[in-house]
Amino acid sequence: MAAIRLEGVAKTYPGGHVAVRDIDLAIDDGECLVLVGPSGCGKSTLLRLIAGLETPTAGRMLIGGSDVTLLPPQARDLAMVFQSYALYPHMSVRENLAYGLKVRRVDRATASVRVAEVAEALGITDVLDRRPAALSGGQRQRVALGRAMVRQPRAFLLDEPLSNLDPALRAQARAELRRLHGRLAATIVYVTHDQEEAMTLGGRVAVMRTGAIEQVAPPLEVYTTPANTFVARFIGAPPMNLLPAALVGVGAPPGAVAGIRPQDVALGAADGLRATVELVEPRGHDHLVHLRLDAVGAPPVLATIAAAAVPLVGAGTFVTIPHARLHVFDGATGFRLA
Amino acid sequence: MSRLPVTVAIADARLGRWLVAPALVFVLLGSLVPVAATAWEALHGHDLRLPWLGRPFVGLGNFVEAAQDARFTSALVHTITFAVVTVPVELALGLALALIMHAAVRGRALVRLAALLPWAVPTVVAALVWRFMFEAQAGVITAPLRALGVVGESFDWFVRPLAAWVPIGIADIWKTTPFVAILLLAGLQGIDPTLHEAARMDGARTWRRFTTITLPLLRPAIVVAAAFRMLDALRLFDLAYVMTGGGPGTATESLSLYAFIALMQRLRFGYGSALSVTVFLLTFAFALIWVRALGRSLIGERT
Amino acid sequence: MTSIGARTAIIAGVVLLSALVFPLYWMIAASVTPESRLFESPSLLPRPLSFEHYRALFAERDFLIPVRNSLVVASMTTVVTVPIAALCAYAVARLRFRGRGVLLALMLAVSMFPQISIVPPLYLMLRELNLLDTFPGLVLPYVTFSAPLAVWLLTAFFRQLSPELEEAAMLDGASRVRALWDVVLPLAAPGVATAAILTFLYCWNEFLFALSFTLGPDRYTVPVAVTLFRGRYQVPWGQVLAATVVATVPVALLVLTCQRRIIAGLTAGASKG
Repeated sequence: MAAIRLEGVAKTYPGGHVAVRDIDLAIDDGECLVLVGPSGCGKSTLLRLIAGLETPTAGRMLIGGSDVTLLPPQARDLAMVFQSYALYPHMSVRENLAYGLKVRRVDRATASVRVAEVAEALGITDVLDRRPAALSGGQRQRVALGRAMVRQPRAFLLDEPLSNLDPALRAQARAELRRLHGRLAATIVYVTHDQEEAMTLGGRVAVMRTGAIEQVAPPLEVYTTPANTFVARFIGAPPMNLLPAALVGVGAPPGAVAGIRPQDVALGAADGLRATVELVEPRGHDHLVHLRLDAVGAPPVLATIAAAAVPLVGAGTFVTIPHARLHVFDGATGFRLA
Repeated sequence: MSRLPVTVAIADARLGRWLVAPALVFVLLGSLVPVAATAWEALHGHDLRLPWLGRPFVGLGNFVEAAQDARFTSALVHTITFAVVTVPVELALGLALALIMHAAVRGRALVRLAALLPWAVPTVVAALVWRFMFEAQAGVITAPLRALGVVGESFDWFVRPLAAWVPIGIADIWKTTPFVAILLLAGLQGIDPTLHEAARMDGARTWRRFTTITLPLLRPAIVVAAAFRMLDALRLFDLAYVMTGGGPGTATESLSLYAFIALMQRLRFGYGSALSVTVFLLTFAFALIWVRALGRSLIGERT
Repeated sequence: MTSIGARTAIIAGVVLLSALVFPLYWMIAASVTPESRLFESPSLLPRPLSFEHYRALFAERDFLIPVRNSLVVASMTTVVTVPIAALCAYAVARLRFRGRGVLLALMLAVSMFPQISIVPPLYLMLRELNLLDTFPGLVLPYVTFSAPLAVWLLTAFFRQLSPELEEAAMLDGASRVRALWDVVLPLAAPGVATAAILTFLYCWNEFLFALSFTLGPDRYTVPVAVTLFRGRYQVPWGQVLAATVVATVPVALLVLTCQRRIIAGLTAGASKG
């Protein structure tokens, strides 16, 4: 396993489109780093740059300390799991798993041992002689993973490996991946657009937007201390409420924006802000309450309230925003102030 | 930030050039060079039957001769008329056939087979079979027409200058309509059926749906089919040669046929080359007009 | 569509399709009709059946020779055209190099050339090289004119293959060429087959070049041999039609067995974006 370092990496396409701009990133040996962001933010491009499938227009990349910027993908000793799995349709599962070893001239004995081990670990031993078309989605995903594992590469690159699975399977696969990471102590770069997936899988999370990294930090830190309004609203569901700081009554520079998560909003206390309930969405365990503050020009507020305490639609109520759970951001730049 | 040398891209480009080379060589050597050579030959007087006259440079002499050659002008007129008449018919019939093939749920394989055979059959076969059917004495087409009194007792298609074009035209339409139908069928299959469903819910009847949804969306395919057919029609040779030999007299001579006769029968290579060049110019002019008139819809694939 | 509309469509369909198939049926029927009765009032079912024409075709006219010639030329051409077209198409579909667009446009342009404009210099050149009236002499123009369609077809085909498969192979350590061999070509089999079929059909049916570049019955291909039957006095229609049936049989077989592939190939090659 190896550490990966990106210094000033950028990629601009010939048409002028800037996919990735000036990325500095250091991934430790054995770390699982998740690149997360909305579509078009450049996370897949960044992954492909690390893989060598694209060449950066600026900057350099080091794997295990050596400069690989100009190396083709064949020479980087990385393994990638594609979103579509990219299993060779005309080869059996066994041949798929063994392909990388065959190309690198690993002798057949060693290869078959490794294939058997990985198949065992992933529970796909009994489909080894089948073709990919005859497998279920979950099995294919495991074969794709197995193909990467067999090679014992310096690092794993995973491009939204769970997004093609049924939601039911996804949770299970996520847990398996966590377990695998623990066992293999592998360096993993993981791309997803699902912020919940990012939070549960990542040792560190890198939130990206339009080609740049907005924040890199462990999941909890990104959640509790988002570096700017974009991260604040991207991480955590339902998204954080952003209100003019003046409305909330906290001391802050003029124009500052205050953020409060729906889970932290309380209703009912008489010393709160006046608001009207516009919509209630029952979610079983709790309810999503859409409120409109009485103050003129105030944005809507979302609150998650335990099922028992939910108010009626149209009713007036009071909204309490505890200053202790408040995030304050600069009005113009969006950067975090407190 | 400095620009890095992109070695992976360079290797790919190099490989690309090697892979493309054989096909390119064949195409260049086999067509571009010969066409250029023909153009060069057209500027010379070269009669293979009179080798002692050598191969003098005559500039545009051959072309001047052609311009004054009545046989050339009539061949030109024949060819253009033929193209202008048959192509619209083929488009209309091809569209009808495509609609039928598209709607056919049962027996689809049979329909496809019936449509493919005329296209796949050699043109000379089509020419001979249709010639046979139009034959004077008891050809299966002529006889009933005679019995019905539509044509006279001793009517022979192939001795009348205008009538001789009918078998040729029909053979061409028979042979190429399926090809047009297949091209249009692909276009039809590309139209989202939910568009029609939405229109039906909006109350649109069949004909209206056809004119407002099907036809506009089919336009690219129609344009492509029309272009292909037009180019083929301007190059008419096989049918004319086999069915009528250009006769009666030179009434059914196409430009390509006349060029062939000048080259291979009268062995006047200089003049024949000039005639070949005019066929080339004719198709080239058509292609230019077409592309200009329709912008990018012909070569639409971004590379 | 209302049921009335559907009914007229079916009728129209049957009429159109019968019109398409009828000439071929007539051709077969006439080829087994004795010569003397060929031009009697035509009936739909010939009686009695006579295979005299076929016998004469092969025994007296040695029709097997043109058949052999066509088979040889078509096979040789296909064996050359398909590989070079496949390699070219792969490069166009996958690799970025300068002049890619020009190349495609060039291919398209060449397929639009009138064949007659190639004949003079090619005739002279083949004469110089003693390649007139030989198999290679025909294969050269055939490859030139069948390659563009094959390239277009295979390019569309390769574009449909997911590039991730080759990327996965490259990450597994395979070079571009190796990935092409191990992963792309096995999956390209259907497209290659279609290109081969269409190339074969083109060669089997081609007339002008065969007419110009072959000199004697020993090298005539089937279309040429059939045309030059036109006898001195009367056209021996029985034998001519028998010959056309023979010329049609391989084509019909190919279409019967590969119709789906052929249609897919034609529409892929012809769809432009």
